[in-house]
Amino acid sequence: MDIQDPSFWRAGAISTTLVMLVVLAFLSIDSMQVISVGGRNVPKYDVINQQIGYEYNWSRHAAVPVIGAAEPLFGKTVTEAEATDLMRTGKLVIQSRACMDCHTIFGNGAYYGPDLTKSWLDPAWPQIWMPMTGKTTREDAMVEFLMHPDKYPTWTRAMPNLQLTQDEARATVAYLKWLSAVDTNGFPANFSQAGKQP
Amino acid sequence: MYRSQKLSLRYYTAAVTLFGVMILFGLLSALYYLYPSLLFNIFNFNMSKILHIDTLVIWLLMGFLGAVYWYLPKELGREVEGMWLAELTFWVFCAVVAVVAIVFLFVQYGGANEFSMWFINQGRKYVEAPRWASIGIVAVMLVFAYNVIATCIKARKMTGIMWVLVLDLIPLVAVYLDAFPAVTNMSVDLYWWWWLVHMWVESTWEVLIGCVMALVLMDVMGTSRRIVETWLYIEVMLVLGAGILGLGHHYFWIGTPQYWLSIGGFFSALEPLPLLGMVVHAIYDAGTHRLKTRNQPAYYWITTEALLNFIGAGIWGFMMTLPQINLLSHGTQWTVSHGHFAFYGAYVCGIIAVLYVAKQQTSGVDVLGGRAWKWGFGLLNFGMVGMVMGLLLAGMAQAFYGRAIGGSTLMAFTTASENPWFVSGMWARMFFGVMFAAGYVVLAYDLLSSPKRVPAAGALPEPA
Repeated sequence: MDIQDPSFWRAGAISTTLVMLVVLAFLSIDSMQVISVGGRNVPKYDVINQQIGYEYNWSRHAAVPVIGAAEPLFGKTVTEAEATDLMRTGKLVIQSRACMDCHTIFGNGAYYGPDLTKSWLDPAWPQIWMPMTGKTTREDAMVEFLMHPDKYPTWTRAMPNLQLTQDEARATVAYLKWLSAVDTNGFPANFSQAGKQP
Repeated sequence: MYRSQKLSLRYYTAAVTLFGVMILFGLLSALYYLYPSLLFNIFNFNMSKILHIDTLVIWLLMGFLGAVYWYLPKELGREVEGMWLAELTFWVFCAVVAVVAIVFLFVQYGGANEFSMWFINQGRKYVEAPRWASIGIVAVMLVFAYNVIATCIKARKMTGIMWVLVLDLIPLVAVYLDAFPAVTNMSVDLYWWWWLVHMWVESTWEVLIGCVMALVLMDVMGTSRRIVETWLYIEVMLVLGAGILGLGHHYFWIGTPQYWLSIGGFFSALEPLPLLGMVVHAIYDAGTHRLKTRNQPAYYWITTEALLNFIGAGIWGFMMTLPQINLLSHGTQWTVSHGHFAFYGAYVCGIIAVLYVAKQQTSGVDVLGGRAWKWGFGLLNFGMVGMVMGLLLAGMAQAFYGRAIGGSTLMAFTTASENPWFVSGMWARMFFGVMFAAGYVVLAYDLLSSPKRVPAAGALPEPA
């Protein structure tokens, strides 16, 4: 064994890479099961029919989503197929308007606007935007805001009007509600204390 | 000069032009933080940001392609196979970039439908280009891979560097295929998106720039093939050994299992190791040659690449990679600070070194030196370090006030963004951003101007 011989290190490079790729493949297979819709960490899309909370879990040492009693979005219980359609549209809104080039989701994206991971649970909806928009429910205030964000600025950095239709805005709200039910290992930090629903 | 080297010069020209466009939109993006009503509802932050980061990816990619087309005939002793196809795809590449830029400038976004994904904006960070354009980029990469592999076969010659390059081309092309899907489940979407972004930026590109730097070291420093190939294998072993599972530091918070916190934290903490190895090598080389070289700018940029890659990608990355810290720092300007430093150290410095290699060889001067490059070198480096520090200050304010104290809500985000640390960090970023832009202007001027004859001093290394 001559460590000054390039072929020694070549063998090391090949074997290390192959071992790591095999380990990654096994971990990816397991991760896919956990993060598929209906998996351990990612709820089914029809979770939007229920109340979603976010509580600190002492055994996990992290805040986790808590799925509660029935609380249909926009007052209408949807089937799993209807929920899937809503989610598909909601995700396409997020992509087509390049939302993640201003905001982050799960902390990924751009940093000009706030993180949207738990935005459904944000106390700003009941405290600021429901009175501001004159709407009586969180989801209606969200739809109104998403369709006319430039009418409801809360500080100097306002959200532009991205010409969302009502259907697109409703689908986006549904997507954000589902998103808040994903178990993110406690991200974003300390939100469970600030984000309790009133 | 080989025909592929003429193509290389075209790629370099396009890359430097896009480097300028990237800086322009970087400055504009920075301005929004200081003047939020700027171009409101006309050309919003997200479009400026897209043009900033997408041109970053494209100009670096063009720089890599240019570097390989430059060195391929020298390494294999023959013209690159399939040159007509390579020349055609260069123009295809430029046309794709131009059309996408026009769409981003004037159309910007569409409705929530497949048409938008195919023809306007996919809205996935770094790969926002619509699908038709992504297909064009895949075609360019496939032709590039064909050029490299076919030339090796025709030449009946494979060096160690070429083996690494050829094998690196497989994941380089394969992971880009994730630029197409619009997966509804955000967790799954981001899982594979990170394969693309991480495996490009923290794995395959690192290996690619390692190959390019190996060729440059033999060319500029006269370093022996045995030494550079040994170092390249060590680098590949460490980069992929740590980097493949280091992917896990992107899987802390996207819905993935908790074991990624340990795996990602451990392996990404090892990621600075290969970069430290490069620094050791650079210092060794500097001592061996007593800072004397026939191509001063290339030599200084190579050394800077090693140092700032270690600091920007290695130290800055390590600083925020452990999950306990990442919970607070992830998704703040802290990340932006690391991103700027890492891209600059790992890739920008290396590409600039290659540009100066081409300048010397096309102009035919024996020794390349002068003063202008030093101004460009100083302004770009000070500008980048200043921007990185400003962003770090802002990011730490966000992590502390927005996350740790504020609880990550909208109001916490607002409060942190109005904090004086954040605001002063943004002003510092703008100031040093302008300095960086000035450095770019000097760099472009120096690359385009005729070199002055510099007398050779003392014993200089001969090209290998």
